[in-house]
Amino acid sequence: MNFLSLFVAIPVLMMLVLLVSRSLNGIRAVMVTGATLLLGLAVMLVYMYIGERGAGNSAEMLFCADRLWFEPLNIHYVVGVDGISVVMLLLSAVIVFTGVFASWRLAVQQKEYFMWFCLLATGVFGFFISIDLFTMFLFYEVALIPMYLLIGVWGSGRKEYAAMKLTLMLMGGSAFLLVGILGIYFHSAPEGGSYTMNLLEIARVHIPVSAQRLFFPLTFLGFGVLGALFPFHTWSPDGHASAPTAVSMLHAGVLMKLGGYGCFRVAIYLMPEAAKELSWIFIVLTGISVVYGAYSAIVQKDLKYINAYSSVSHCGLVLFAILMLNRTAMTGAVLQMLSHGLMTALFFALIGMIYSRTHTRSIEEMGGLMRVMPFLSVCYVIAGLASLGLPGLSGFVAEMTVFVGAFEHADTFHRVMTVVAATSIVITAVYILRVVGRLLYGNVLNPAHLSLKDATWDERFAVVCLIIAVAGIGLAPGWIADLISGSVLPVVGHLG
Amino acid sequence: MNFSNLFFLKEEVSLIVVMVFLLLFDLFATGKIRRYFHLIACVALGGHLLYNLQPLAEAKAFGGMYVNSPVISLVKSVLEAGALIVFMQAGNWLAGEKASIKRGEFYVLMLSTLLGMFFMLSSGNFLLFFIGVETASVPMAALVAFDKYRQNAAEAGAKYILSAVFASGLMLYGVSLIYGTVGSLYFEDIPAGIVGNPIQLMAFVFFFVGMGFKISLVPFHLWTADVYEGAPTAVTSYLSVVSKGAAVFVLMMILYKVFAPIAEQWQSMLYLIILLTITVANLFALRQRNLKRFMAFSSVSQAGYLMLAVISGTAVGMASLVFYVLVYLCSNLGVFGVISVIEQRTGKVDMEDYNGLYQTNPRLSVLMMLSLFSLAGIPPFAGFFSKFFVFMSAAGTGFYVLVLLALINTIVSLYYYLLVVKAMFINKNDTPIAAFRSDNYTRVSLVMCLLGVLFLGIFSVVYEQFSLVAWGM
Repeated sequence: MNFLSLFVAIPVLMMLVLLVSRSLNGIRAVMVTGATLLLGLAVMLVYMYIGERGAGNSAEMLFCADRLWFEPLNIHYVVGVDGISVVMLLLSAVIVFTGVFASWRLAVQQKEYFMWFCLLATGVFGFFISIDLFTMFLFYEVALIPMYLLIGVWGSGRKEYAAMKLTLMLMGGSAFLLVGILGIYFHSAPEGGSYTMNLLEIARVHIPVSAQRLFFPLTFLGFGVLGALFPFHTWSPDGHASAPTAVSMLHAGVLMKLGGYGCFRVAIYLMPEAAKELSWIFIVLTGISVVYGAYSAIVQKDLKYINAYSSVSHCGLVLFAILMLNRTAMTGAVLQMLSHGLMTALFFALIGMIYSRTHTRSIEEMGGLMRVMPFLSVCYVIAGLASLGLPGLSGFVAEMTVFVGAFEHADTFHRVMTVVAATSIVITAVYILRVVGRLLYGNVLNPAHLSLKDATWDERFAVVCLIIAVAGIGLAPGWIADLISGSVLPVVGHLG
Repeated sequence: MNFSNLFFLKEEVSLIVVMVFLLLFDLFATGKIRRYFHLIACVALGGHLLYNLQPLAEAKAFGGMYVNSPVISLVKSVLEAGALIVFMQAGNWLAGEKASIKRGEFYVLMLSTLLGMFFMLSSGNFLLFFIGVETASVPMAALVAFDKYRQNAAEAGAKYILSAVFASGLMLYGVSLIYGTVGSLYFEDIPAGIVGNPIQLMAFVFFFVGMGFKISLVPFHLWTADVYEGAPTAVTSYLSVVSKGAAVFVLMMILYKVFAPIAEQWQSMLYLIILLTITVANLFALRQRNLKRFMAFSSVSQAGYLMLAVISGTAVGMASLVFYVLVYLCSNLGVFGVISVIEQRTGKVDMEDYNGLYQTNPRLSVLMMLSLFSLAGIPPFAGFFSKFFVFMSAAGTGFYVLVLLALINTIVSLYYYLLVVKAMFINKNDTPIAAFRSDNYTRVSLVMCLLGVLFLGIFSVVYEQFSLVAWGM
């Protein structure tokens, strides 16, 4: 078995072992072992990938393996990675790892919770390693349904409503996506021969432009719903707010990136002409996402809602950058995916920890927490600074690259949209600093808060891991940017 | 009389042997051996299934009246597997005091309907086809009204037989008009005479109405909810899966073989009917609280998806249809198995009674959940693969809009399937259904369904088998 398939095999194995686990410590042990294995595997993959590229291997996808699955329909189980997939796999592994520690003190039904969590991880990892459209779609859907139960059973607030809304809206997106994929499949052999689901083979073929015009919007929309494209982003605030901590971390951190990755890898890569013709519609929509998400975050009073709308804004920026269709902007898009993924996971982890202590998420009821919980508060400040793009942290690197790339377009439309999107930086600063000021500084509003304990060892560990990652990328982004930039070339070349 | 022809009817003749054996057993067996009646019935049917598992080669018998081919044999085996699972799930109910005296009749009646379906599938002539349809319908009415002293059941039986007879009459009228214009009833000879003149189109519509009733397509579905609710749960599950599957497949064969010249017309008609079926059924299912009625509307919408494979007109469509029927069989019988075992223990069939079921009966809840996810088309369960392939076959013929609308309807269906999952896992209940241990037959049948739901999709060998033998227009 190809070692890439281990990314899928390990979570499945974890689920099976969890099925027979009895004690809480046994469950925790399984999760920690599995998550560490996955993280180690991802790091090793990065190392091996850089080695291969350094040795001069310039194949589009590395470490490929192909296995015929449904012969009559030419569906294969094909896996392979390029720079972008490697980065995404690393992101997912880090968030799964920290998510396990963020769920350390879960109160009820831990076994079932972690089993669904593993299923979610399976879907995510499988999506990033697949090259076959059917397999990608399968893993995409696998990552969908565990959300319903994770939010519905272990969530808080209006959890049933949020869970149902999230599930139905994301399924709606995948409905459009399926038609798009079928359209691509049935147009993958315009010169005769058999239809194929293999991404690389379809990329070599030229899909007729009339078909592209029909299926590009469907596919982009399908992936865009998951990537918080306006106006289909409404599942996100309620979903993230009601979900338990680690689930929000994984969802905002990784799942929403599935949308961006899919738009890039499937919609734009396979249908470049339509992408060039129709990108303006989606640029307008994503521009609105970026600004509207930021403005909505300003008026929220619930910490999780603020972060959820912030995620809408940042993920909107990812799609915005991808639609710029040039090398710099697309590199920036992937950097933003990585940076925002880590940042938002950090935020949700911290909010979860604060909530478990104060039992409120409303910023009107909390204040002066810096004196009560210094460790958590300092980490929150760092997360806030990363979110608003302070140089030295990952947010700056990503946003800088995105806006430089977007500004490379000389025409008025693109420049205007870039300026509009860039105003979100200011708005982000407003809501982040406002929350930090009210929540962490000033007077302690509720005397009961004075006796709260600071972070425990598991919480410190999760948060510190994420901060190291965020700061690391912010201070030394060169190696990652090179990794990504090299893999963006084929797509850009296709467009050119 | 040329007895060598009978050899081709191996499946039907062996089924008659099993039926006669069970009838005689019921009549003459007394004492201790009678306690093993259910076991003997299941073993006999299982043995028959294994005996006929190997698909038969193409063959004609009785001058072309009776046809057999590998795909037909495979479909017969699939349907028989469904009947076997229904037999197993009915065990507990049949052992109860009200039903046990009529137990033998249950087996014989059900096997008669199965025999009728076999003839229907293997027909090469409209006469044998009609005999098959009637043999499949009339004993079914007796089965629906099995608990005849329960008011619901008697009403359901009456509704079923009246609707069935009316539909059969319309179908026969259509067939007679075809005979009038073409001059032959043999499936081989009719296509040459189909020219698409108004009488033939009208005849086709009448024929379709008869079949549409059996498949419960909208607007011929009005009998479904009441009959499913009133019939004993074992009969409901049989109706929803086996009866429907047979009717859909035979309709597909007849449309592909006999009515191929007017393909455009029936495809446009099917387009509208598929849309209506899936949409109307989904909308009605949203408001149901009785689980049997709920599953009735769910089955109607699944029939709509099955017809998506029919509209494609290709071999991929046929392979996807047979695969879908098999997967649908496992998922639906899984759901009905759980409903049936809970109804036998507690008499409860409302969704509200299922609140908090996970706390007391975790394994049953998980099985129900997995089967419902398979019905909704969630990976990695087999239902995802079957739905994907059906959509693929329809899209291959260019019906993208129809596929998109059907997919939007899957979202609605996901909502109502999730309602049940929500009841079992999320809703709180102070008095959930007490924990109990199901009987062995139910357990075996539920495990079979679970294995089907989990592995039929991932292991492509089953689909590939169907693909090898399928044919298109």
